[in-house]
Amino acid sequence: MISMEHYLVVSSIMFFVGIYGFIARKNLLAVLISIELILNSVEINFSVFNRYLYPEHMEGVFFSLFGIAISAAETAVAIAIMINVYRLASNIDIRHIDKLKY
Amino acid sequence: MGFSVYIILVPMLMFLVIGLGSTKLSPRAAGIFGTLGLSVSAVLSYITAFRYFFAEGLQEGIYSSITAWSVEWLRFSDKLHIDMGVLLDPISVMMLVVITTVSLMVHIYSFGYMKGERGFQRYYAFLSLFSFSMLGLVVATNIFQMYIFWELVGASSYLLIGFYYTKPAAIAASKKAFIVTRFADLGFLIGILIISFCTGTFDFGLLTADNASLAVTSMAGGSFLGLSTATWAMTLLFMGAAGKSAMFPLHIWLPDAMEGPTPVSALIHAATMVVAGVYLVARMFPLYLFAAPDVLTLITYVGAFTALFAAIIAIRQTDIKRVLAFSTISQIAYMMVALGVSGMGGHAGEGYTASMFHLFTHAFFKALLFLGAGSVIHAVHSNEMEAMGGLRKYMPVTHWTFLIACLSIAGIPPFSGFFSKDEILSAAFSHDKVVFVVLLLVAGITAFYMFRLYYRIFWGAERQYEKHPHEAPSVMFIPLVFLALLSCLTGWIPFSHFISSDSVPYDLGINWWIAAGGILVSLIGIIMATRLYRRESDLPERIASRWAGFWNAAAHRFYIDQAWLFVTKKIIFRCISTPIAWFDRHVIDGAISGLGTGTEKLSGAIKGIQSGRIQTYAAVFVWGVIIIAVCVFIF
Amino acid sequence: MEGIAQIVIFYILAVAIVACSIMAVTSRRIFRAAVYLLVVLLCTAGLYLLLNYHFLAVVQLSVYAGGILILFIFAILLTSAKGDRTEPHDKRRVVSGVLTALAGLGITSWATVKHQFLYGNNPTVLGDHETNMKVVGETLMGTGKYEYLLSFEALSILLLICAVGGILIARKR
Repeated sequence: MISMEHYLVVSSIMFFVGIYGFIARKNLLAVLISIELILNSVEINFSVFNRYLYPEHMEGVFFSLFGIAISAAETAVAIAIMINVYRLASNIDIRHIDKLKY
Repeated sequence: MGFSVYIILVPMLMFLVIGLGSTKLSPRAAGIFGTLGLSVSAVLSYITAFRYFFAEGLQEGIYSSITAWSVEWLRFSDKLHIDMGVLLDPISVMMLVVITTVSLMVHIYSFGYMKGERGFQRYYAFLSLFSFSMLGLVVATNIFQMYIFWELVGASSYLLIGFYYTKPAAIAASKKAFIVTRFADLGFLIGILIISFCTGTFDFGLLTADNASLAVTSMAGGSFLGLSTATWAMTLLFMGAAGKSAMFPLHIWLPDAMEGPTPVSALIHAATMVVAGVYLVARMFPLYLFAAPDVLTLITYVGAFTALFAAIIAIRQTDIKRVLAFSTISQIAYMMVALGVSGMGGHAGEGYTASMFHLFTHAFFKALLFLGAGSVIHAVHSNEMEAMGGLRKYMPVTHWTFLIACLSIAGIPPFSGFFSKDEILSAAFSHDKVVFVVLLLVAGITAFYMFRLYYRIFWGAERQYEKHPHEAPSVMFIPLVFLALLSCLTGWIPFSHFISSDSVPYDLGINWWIAAGGILVSLIGIIMATRLYRRESDLPERIASRWAGFWNAAAHRFYIDQAWLFVTKKIIFRCISTPIAWFDRHVIDGAISGLGTGTEKLSGAIKGIQSGRIQTYAAVFVWGVIIIAVCVFIF
Repeated sequence: MEGIAQIVIFYILAVAIVACSIMAVTSRRIFRAAVYLLVVLLCTAGLYLLLNYHFLAVVQLSVYAGGILILFIFAILLTSAKGDRTEPHDKRRVVSGVLTALAGLGITSWATVKHQFLYGNNPTVLGDHETNMKVVGETLMGTGKYEYLLSFEALSILLLICAVGGILIARKR
């Protein structure tokens, strides 16, 4: 019998690895990969909680389902933006994208 | 008599019509509107006066105060509120007649005098505004309404003095008049506040009822710097009155105010506005007499001194309007003295009657003098005596009316000034001999300087006139003739039957002994003036050189302006204003700018945080979440 | 016996997920990072199977592994030349990232371990039963309580908008 905490620890590790990647990486695609990791860990958490705490319900599963769909949408847009950035700057280094402060 | 409110409202309406439509109206239309409005007011005030004095006012032998119209304007507490209303009593009705008459004459006269001036419509709008304010002032039911209109009068006077706003002298004069009277009004306002604080009312009726018992009881006991509350309040009130009525040492604005158009000087700075101070003292007379008799003594001496002082200066002036200005100061001081020496009831209140009588007659003959001077100025295009002489041949109407006015002010029977002046002298004689002597002397000097003026304008050698001097157009000399008639006739009005200190009519005859003295002194003055100025001679110069110091001092108006300038520029500006300005500039401004620069520096220091690097934001965000989580778990 | 098999499989998956995650974010070759991500996603699908959420596992495989990753690979091919390496990591950023991640991980793990979840360690909870596809379909398409037609439709519109938006942003001007 695998306890719930096992799953949670795995997903936490995945989550914070994603956080690390988000903070430390310079390549926009790597940052996007980190975001995918984070989203994935969250989805694991939803299904785990659903399975262990409310097995007769389906909310967690559906939340994960929709989360996957949304991450797909987000990735599509993000990659489109990145291609645009690449066209403008000939690279996809995140340090060039600091116009947010204006 | 509710219609009397329209006496005030019609000029206001005209002010709005002319003022708002000034660019649309032709000058002629503006003038006609203003004059028509004033005619309506004048007719209404004659009806009011007639009905008040001969029908409704006199009840059981006493002229009662009638509140013809009143509306509550501002309520502070259950007791204290400010009304706007129309109070009819002998003096206010008399003032209505004086103001509307003189104002109407000035309106008509201005048609000729101001013809072709730029801003003709503006001029009539301001005249209407002034008439409205002055009428509102005299019919005020309470002291606060009076104060409001008092300020309005000051403002419209400012506007009219500065009518020729392209002339630096006119601007300076208007500012001077406004600032000096404002300064005096500060005292007035404080006085009002003290009185209303103690008595809990603004209402004239309540304040003056039963020999001002309310004020006497409510202000009893309090004192400040050794003087009682009532003395302080009434002195401050008198300060306001002195500012408006140009009493020494606040008289300095009036001579300069002659920079305005001459009809304005006739209306505002001779006949109406400047007597507002006298009117105020008369209004509050019971309070002065019963609550603060010391202040009446002060008024007497200030008045007597001012009368003498201004008369002496008037001898030396060469600008004809300034002569008249100083003569106005002197005559108003006469009225003040009369109030100062007055008592209450019957013959003891002779001074009160005399003061109002003199106000009445003075308004007409002084307006006449100014309008006559206006005609002369119109003819020769100069204010200076040097440019005049021998004009009697060219301007017969002006000459004769001017002569009537001079005789009137000099106190020669049967002209009006004689009667009122005699009453004042008589009241002074029974009260204080020193003051009487001073007033008698002033009467002589008055006769002297008026006839000096008269001879220098109309007699003596003719000058080389650029254009041939001509008589004024009829629209200008009709008011002169009308006012001359009034100057001849108003003296015969038995004034004591209408106006008295306790509102009870009484008989007041002419005191012939004093009258004889007055006439004698005046005649001496006239004879001296005739001897010195009828023909060109060097006699005046010789006499002047003997008294050179005095003569020059008088020419410089005894350096009162310089004294004021010294006080304001050297003492107030340097010792008070400059440190305050420094404080304001460096400490207050410094603190505010310091706040500004501080914020700027701080934001400059922390703007690096806003780097635009999404990763930094994310890291900070995560740390924030972690810290919150730790806090949640620990606490 | 089955329990032990499950535990063994779980540990294998867990180790793979942790290792591949770390490598995905540390690899300096972006293409390799994408491949590591693929492994992580596959292992996650395995976890869903362990939890008996078969439908979720299938969606994970088809959408993530099949769809998103293909997108990634296209993007990588479009934006980088052959043999490209990303620049070396910035020391300060690495330190800050590691610290942040460790601190977060510490507090999360501590909270997880400390909290007593009330599922009573009941083996029946996990059960063997698969989630019925019919139930999943009805829940997804139903309009009643705990049914998700509205969200489903909203999501479909969102996807459409994203598709259009993606094209709009990326097209050549």
